This record gives sequence, structure tokens and C-alpha cells, in this order.
Amino acid sequence: MRKMRWYQRVYMVAIFGFLYIPIAVLIAFSFNESKSRTVFTNFTFNWYKNLFSNEMILKSLAVSLVIAFISATVATVLGTTAAIGINSLKKRTRTVVMGISYVPVIDPEIITGVSMMLLFVVFNTQISSVLSSILGFEVSMNSFGITTLLIAHITFNVPYVIFSVGPKLRQLDRHVYEAALDLGCNPRQAFFKVVLPELTPAIFSSFLICLTYSIDDFIISYFTSGTVQTLPIAIYSMTKKKVSPEINALSAIMFAVILSIILVSNGIDSRREKRLSRAARAEEGKL
Amino acid sequence: MFKKRSLAAPYLVWMVAFIAVPLVIVVYFAFTDKTGAFTLENIMSLGMYTTVFVRSILLAIVATVVCLVLAFPLSYMLSRMHTSTQSMMTMLVMLPMWMNFLLRTYAWMSLLENNGLINRFLGVFGIGPFQMINTSGAVVLGMVYNYLPYMILPLYTIMVKIDSSVIEAAQDLGANMFSVLFRVLIPLSMDGITTGITMVFVPSISTFIISRMLGGGSNLLIGDLIELQFLGNSYNYNLGSAMSLVLMVIVLMCMSFTTADTEEMEAMV
Repeated sequence: MRKMRWYQRVYMVAIFGFLYIPIAVLIAFSFNESKSRTVFTNFTFNWYKNLFSNEMILKSLAVSLVIAFISATVATVLGTTAAIGINSLKKRTRTVVMGISYVPVIDPEIITGVSMMLLFVVFNTQISSVLSSILGFEVSMNSFGITTLLIAHITFNVPYVIFSVGPKLRQLDRHVYEAALDLGCNPRQAFFKVVLPELTPAIFSSFLICLTYSIDDFIISYFTSGTVQTLPIAIYSMTKKKVSPEINALSAIMFAVILSIILVSNGIDSRREKRLSRAARAEEGKL
Repeated sequence: MFKKRSLAAPYLVWMVAFIAVPLVIVVYFAFTDKTGAFTLENIMSLGMYTTVFVRSILLAIVATVVCLVLAFPLSYMLSRMHTSTQSMMTMLVMLPMWMNFLLRTYAWMSLLENNGLINRFLGVFGIGPFQMINTSGAVVLGMVYNYLPYMILPLYTIMVKIDSSVIEAAQDLGANMFSVLFRVLIPLSMDGITTGITMVFVPSISTFIISRMLGGGSNLLIGDLIELQFLGNSYNYNLGSAMSLVLMVIVLMCMSFTTADTEEMEAMV
């Protein structure tokens, strides 16, 4: 490990400055009394107060959280079962299935959004025409809303679950599973007592990934939400108004939340590592 | 191992209904008119938008190259740090990614404005003001700012695996800085470079928010055109589908240049 030269330090500071200065400015101006985005007049918490009395923001936050939890849960269950099922498929079928699952991951989000929107549009017109012909009068169906959002979010989340649980499944020691069978478990018991506990960390982390993707998603939601607003959609409608310091306040809060989540999870990690290394040392001591 | 093929069934149904069928519908719409009759008109009329397509590709390429040039030295420096510092630094790289990209782009709006912070700052020294927002430069800047971490992380991940003694050996054997760079470092980090390029290029070429927020009305990209056909004033699903199809082809072409994806996919399964 060589010590860094001065120009290397300057370069690093410059890049991290580039990454963080805009966010810092954004947060700083959330405390600015005037609506100006350039002149700092006086310190205030007003924009935070406004934010917490802003019905649109609060409602969209609730929508985002509900969608995130439901879609992450469904995607995790669906993805985990799928990973196990796909693992049992023949190699050629498996390649095809994985190839199609890969599409939402590699496709630009706008294409995923547009294609799902078209699906729902076609669904609406078909159902409407069938209903109209049965009932004898014009019915126009509009399914856009929470349901379509959920379907879209589950769809873009499932592949991440499959891609993170699948490899873990292959790494499992099959002998442990066979031992469980030999010791009298039926396959179901062996699965729940032996296989599933081994997969739990991967399943849990993919659940968290799904949550964050879902809360963060703007583009796909934008095309599939109809008139329902998720938090990113509400943010987008606020940015259109040009000057709204509530956005700055919201950014500051989100940044604080993200930072604390990361710090806490890192703290847990490093404590676990310390405990592990202590345990390892204790083991050595015994030997 | 625990095998149960039937467990794949619910997902397979889901996958066909919500991944495969929507794509088929896009293709169907691209080749039909409003009455549902077959037509090539949608594809043909895309010629009108050549400038937009060229601009999108160009800006995405510029953004990708800038990201690569900025990220390469940084990732290398990160990969040569102490392990404990490394994890903190990669966290610092990832942290902005967790902010919603609308907020990150919004941050630049207020910085780049005509009477924004940057122009005011330059004004103190008697320079400017410059027209920065609503230019294609601002759009590229927005892309670079939003997607730079996507370039840094894969590069860093691959460079961590490069043994410092390999580089030292090259130097001992008389390689100068450029030979080390072009004959050792770049070849060894090729996988990271290609991943980074796709991860920056694909979202850059398909964005419509960055161009709208930072580019004003004059820097339309493919994404904006598509959005206009589906949710905007133009409102033409068939034309929009044709544009989406072309965008998909561009992205697939880019992917085929940069990844041997069947092998990678196999590795992931």
C-alpha cells in the first residue's frame, strides 16, 4: 500500500465534492427562509412544517410504503419459489426462463413501463368491449391505479429475487439435505428445516432490495399508475412548479433516513464481524 | 437436492403474462395502425426524428465516455487503499445513489440556473453569467452525475482483484506509465469496463427526466419522444411502440458489443 500522492488526493476530493456538493446545497437551502434558491436570508424550519402538513406528499408516501411492502413480499415469495422451481428445470428450459427473466433487468425502464402500460390499456379495452356487449350499453373500464402499480412493481422486483436466491440455492451442500432425508425427514420437512434456514439471509436481503427499488422507482410507476401518486411521482409534480423549498426539506429528510439506515446496518455488520473474530480467537485459544 | 418443478409454475405464468406478453404487444402496436391493420408507416415515419435519435446516442456516448474517464482513476485509487478505508469509500460512492434521482437532478437545476449558485459564484470574480441550464451540456452533466457511481462500482470491484505485484512487475520490467495502463491495467479490468459502459449507457440513452429538467424544451431525447406518445400531447401508441422498439434494438446492440450475456447469465443462475 503506497501512500497517496497529493494530486491523487486532490482528484478524490474533487470527485466526492462533485457527488456531494449538489446534495449539500439542496439540504442547506431547506433551512432558508426566503424561497430563493441562491440567496440565504434567514434560518427557518418552515419548509419542514409545510412538508408535514402537505396532504399530497403524506398521501403519496403512504401509497409508496404500502406498494413497497406488498410488492416486496409477493415478489420475495414468488421469486424464492421460482428459484427453487427453475433450479429443477431441464437446462435448456432453464436458460430460456432465465433469459426472459433477464429482460426487465437489462431493458431500459421506460420500455418496461411503456410495455406494461400497453398491456393494461389492451386489457381495459378488451374487458370494456366484452362487458359492453354483454350488458348492452357502453362500459369503459379503467384499471389503472394501485393494482396496476402493484403488478408492475412485483414484475420488476421478482427477477432480483431469483438472481440473488438462485445462486445461493446452487451453493447449498446437497449432502445436508440428503442427511435430513436419511434421518427420517420427508422432503417437505427437510426443506423447511434444512434448506430454507440456509436461504434465509439471501431471501431477506432480496426483500430489502425489492423494498428500496420499489420506493425509489419513478419511471415504471409513472407509466402504470394512472392518477395514483407514489412519492417519486409527487416529487416529480413538485419539481414542475420550479420553486418549492419543500423538495429541499424532503431531500434532507430522505438523506438523513438513508444515512442512518446505512450507518446502523454497517454498525451491526462490524459488530457481528468483531464477535465472529472474537469467537474465532477463543476457539484458537482452546486448541 | 430439493427438486420441485411445479414451484416454478406460478412465476412462469406471471413471467409470460407480464414480461413476455407486454413485449409482444409493443411489437404488435409498432406494426399496426389505429384500426389494427398491418402497416410499416410507424417505422417509416421515424425518419422524421433522426436528429433526436442521433442526439440521444451522441449525448449518451459522451456521458458514458466522461464517466469512464472520471471513474477509472478513482476506482483504481479506491482499490489500492487499506481495506477498512475501502469499504467506507465505496459506501460514500453509493450513498448518493440511494437518493431519488429526481431529487439529485433537481439539485442541479438550482445550481445551473442563469441566476443560480454557480453563476453567482463566478460573478464574484466578474466572470459570466453563462447560459448553462437548458443546454445539451447540462443534460450530459445530469447523466454523468446520476450514473457515475454505476461506472465506479463495477470498475472498483474488478480492480480490487488485481494484484499490486503484477503492476510492480510490469514497472520492474521497464514499462512506463502508459504501458502499465494500456497493457496491464485496462486489459485486466475489461470486464468491469464493459459492465460500467452498459450500466451508464442504457439509462442515459433512455432517460426523459434529465433532458426535461436540465435540457429545457430544446434537447429532446428518444425517451421524451416515447413519453410524449404515451402520456403527453402527441398521444400515438403505435408510433410510441415503434420508437420503443428501435430503442430496444439500440440497447440490445450495445449489450451485444459489451457482454457475452449467455455465459454471464449461466454464471448467475
